Amino acid sequence: MSAEAGQQHPLGIYYKIWILLFVLSSFSYAVDFFEVQGGMRWALVLLFMALKAGFIVAIFMHVVWERMALVLTILGPPLVLLLLIGLMSVEGFYISGTRVQYMGQDPNQVALTPSDLHGGGHGEEEEHAEEEAH
Amino acid sequence: MSEAAISESNSTLVDDWSADKQAYHVPWGKAMMWIFLVSDTFIFTCFLTSYLHVRLTTTEPWPLQSEIFALSFGGDPIPLILIAIMTFILITSSGTMALAVNFGYRKDKVKTFWFMVATAAFGASFVGMQAFEWSKLILEEGVRPWSNPFGAPQFGSIFFMITGFHGLHVTAGVIYLLTVAFKVKKGHYDKKGYEIVEIAGLYWHFVDLVWVFIFAFFYLL
Repeated sequence: MSAEAGQQHPLGIYYKIWILLFVLSSFSYAVDFFEVQGGMRWALVLLFMALKAGFIVAIFMHVVWERMALVLTILGPPLVLLLLIGLMSVEGFYISGTRVQYMGQDPNQVALTPSDLHGGGHGEEEEHAEEEAH
Repeated sequence: MSEAAISESNSTLVDDWSADKQAYHVPWGKAMMWIFLVSDTFIFTCFLTSYLHVRLTTTEPWPLQSEIFALSFGGDPIPLILIAIMTFILITSSGTMALAVNFGYRKDKVKTFWFMVATAAFGASFVGMQAFEWSKLILEEGVRPWSNPFGAPQFGSIFFMITGFHGLHVTAGVIYLLTVAFKVKKGHYDKKGYEIVEIAGLYWHFVDLVWVFIFAFFYLL
């Protein structure tokens, strides 16, 4: 496959990858919709993410058909980023861990949600009553 | 890969770098686009890594994205539905872009033009939905870059920085695609060749690629 011919491939492979990306995205969304939690959530979301990213780069961006010199230029330097991610996560876990251990931070605290804040119909009345009390 | 194929790709690697000649056997613009995209990968990874670190080290709990980005169509709120629609739109646009590149190399100007315009239209609708999402968060929920009513104040700054920078890329991509599409239609590339469509396509697929990571790390995890 010479460079002069460009990246011309049969249309079929694009359709297949296109459908595959739709299916993988639906799976990712299903993980959230069915409220899969914990380690399973991480594993599934990261798996579907890696597959999607891999197919986009390999097929849609034609990397699988490029010469090795260009492939290594594209995929090599970003590997350094894994080191950054690794170091920052070790550091982050260390900081939050010391807070929990020495400063009494609750590791299981949960954030508020929009329904906590806006509530149902009675939420407004409560606010109103509070205002009157002032 | 068979052993013969590996030794062949190794020898092309050595050949490409060892002689005093051109190393990348691709059009100049394509090599430059790839170098730009690699540098952009570093920028987005730095953003996502800062998000990782901030999320691990905040003293307040991280807001629950699934509930914040829920949307109701009359009934109960459906979690993350808008984000899911945006994801599907971006994937659809990636598919139409891949077809545009293919028809470009077949020198089918009309189809290339229309597939690029369709891609740009999907991109524009993506940005529109993002504008809707931002205004909902800012006006209805009171999320600011420095505070929000749910939990960790960094949620706002990370959200606006990452999705904002991505939205900026999509907007620039829409303009870029339309420019190239109209040049294709006018016949600017009849003599030069249609590599430019592939180069614009690389940029567009990259924007989709970044969204894959944002969708996973920011919205799902």
